[in-house]
Amino acid sequence: MKISREEVENIAHLARLEIDDQSKASLCEQLSGILDYMDKLAHVDVQGVKPVSGAAFMHNVLREDAPHPSPGPDVTLANAPKKDANYYLVPRVVKQPGR
Amino acid sequence: MDLHTLTVGGARRLLDEKKISSRELTRVFLDRIAAHDDTINSFLLVDAADAMARADAADRQIAAGNQTVFTGIPMALKDLLCTRGMRTTCGSKILDNFVPQYDATVVAKLKQAHGVILGKTNMDEFAMGSSTENSAYFPTKNPWHLAYVPGGSSGGSAAAVAAQFCCAALGTDTGGSIRQPASHCGVVGLKPTYGRVSRYGLVSYASSLDQIGPIARSVEDAALILNLIAGHDPMDSTCASQDVPDFTAGIAAFEKEGLKGMRVGIPKEYLGMEGIDPDVLAVFENAVNVLTDLGADIVEVSLPHTAYVVAAYYIIAPCEASSNLARFDGVKYGFRAHHADDLIDMYKQTRSQGFGPEVQRRIIIGTYALSAGYYDAYYGRASQVRALIMEDFSQAFDACDILLSPVAPTPAFRIGEKMDDPLTMYLTDIFTLSANMAGVPGISVPGGFSADDLPIGIQMMAARFDELSLVRAGYGMEKSLGLNRLFPTL
Repeated sequence: MKISREEVENIAHLARLEIDDQSKASLCEQLSGILDYMDKLAHVDVQGVKPVSGAAFMHNVLREDAPHPSPGPDVTLANAPKKDANYYLVPRVVKQPGR
Repeated sequence: MDLHTLTVGGARRLLDEKKISSRELTRVFLDRIAAHDDTINSFLLVDAADAMARADAADRQIAAGNQTVFTGIPMALKDLLCTRGMRTTCGSKILDNFVPQYDATVVAKLKQAHGVILGKTNMDEFAMGSSTENSAYFPTKNPWHLAYVPGGSSGGSAAAVAAQFCCAALGTDTGGSIRQPASHCGVVGLKPTYGRVSRYGLVSYASSLDQIGPIARSVEDAALILNLIAGHDPMDSTCASQDVPDFTAGIAAFEKEGLKGMRVGIPKEYLGMEGIDPDVLAVFENAVNVLTDLGADIVEVSLPHTAYVVAAYYIIAPCEASSNLARFDGVKYGFRAHHADDLIDMYKQTRSQGFGPEVQRRIIIGTYALSAGYYDAYYGRASQVRALIMEDFSQAFDACDILLSPVAPTPAFRIGEKMDDPLTMYLTDIFTLSANMAGVPGISVPGGFSADDLPIGIQMMAARFDELSLVRAGYGMEKSLGLNRLFPTL
């Protein structure tokens, strides 16, 4: 296996995903198969080749630093699963004292 | 007359001659969707009231003589194009309740032209897939044969056009998601040059590869839609400031001199490839003959890095996806899991419950390939190989004007056939991925049928910003083969 159960768990944590135990085994197998296939890239001679990150011929895109009207909090927060006044509400981030 | 089989161009003429109204035409499509889409399942959302209101507004424009090409034309939109006030799910449960606050630029352009939006079409979740089976809602069926997939990821749009539920549709193409479903459904699909069309308001999957384009019943319609949606947009910094020609000039060029002087390249690496269905090969060989008869010169070209395209693509696209999809965290929009212990737990539960298996698989692959210790071997190397693939194409287009190839190695496959084996599904994308990797435009036009009566398309690719050559050659193929006026019976 190219990728171990522990590695899958670690990567899932980094990606903020929770994989149930049942799926872990099949995921390890699928990912290992896919990564084995990717090994063929090792056979390409890439000596001195500059990597590209996109297909656009990139140049700086500038615009005037001019103020535009903001959509405002009502619009911006319209899709929030939970909100309080003009804020997104999320579960507690800091630990409660004494816990 | 069968109004539901009208092309954009055909509907335009009847609307302008006041032989039909947009209200009447829109009603025809809505009735047809109501009657048949419970079998095809091409739409995720149909907003009949909104469509009728837009049709009435279009009729007023026409009465006042203010119409443009798309005024009153009923269209369908892939459900990852943001539509203000109209739910946009990306085929995902994580956006099940998402109602955009703004229109994608292409949607704004369609609305400005007083086009009619019938609804939003089904797709593989976040455009990840080649069959539309990865939709979190339901799979779409191929209108030519209900046991088969329509292709993907824009399978809903392609099926809706083939089933005559709309005049035409917009799709998106990150690795073939317009061209492959167009091929499987017997319609025309065009992926424009990267940067030709603004991506603003397209829910990003892999930003360096994504492009919006038409799925239509004719090459002329594809050209007309490209006329509508192409052009610079300050809201997308990768959108090119290139001049936008009238793409229907490609049709005029064909009518004037056929394909005389056009050099059609056949990549030799494609010919010896294993696993190509004999029916697909027969359609391809016929296409070579058709183009030759129309005056084109056939030349052999080489794309030496073809064998590495799938591997490089399926590293780069998941890397970009893992980064793009980090935004779906249950905080600002979309689904949020309840009963989480803390913030991290809320993220994890939201994402694990909200994303389907293929999306999670690609996020994991991308996160892995970008993680410390693996970055150079995977993302870094894939980006170098991408540079080599781009160079292959640039060399090939020194020797020819368009490249000819199949769209997919096989006709549409059966629903369920490839769902358990992601790698096999990835490998079916071999002919379409390169255009996205190199940023060049590609078109799929109907080329023939398999022994089982499933449509098979032909792909043509051209140099960056040379969609005109694709329109010219695609129109020639369409005119010679006459396949675009064949429709499946529902």
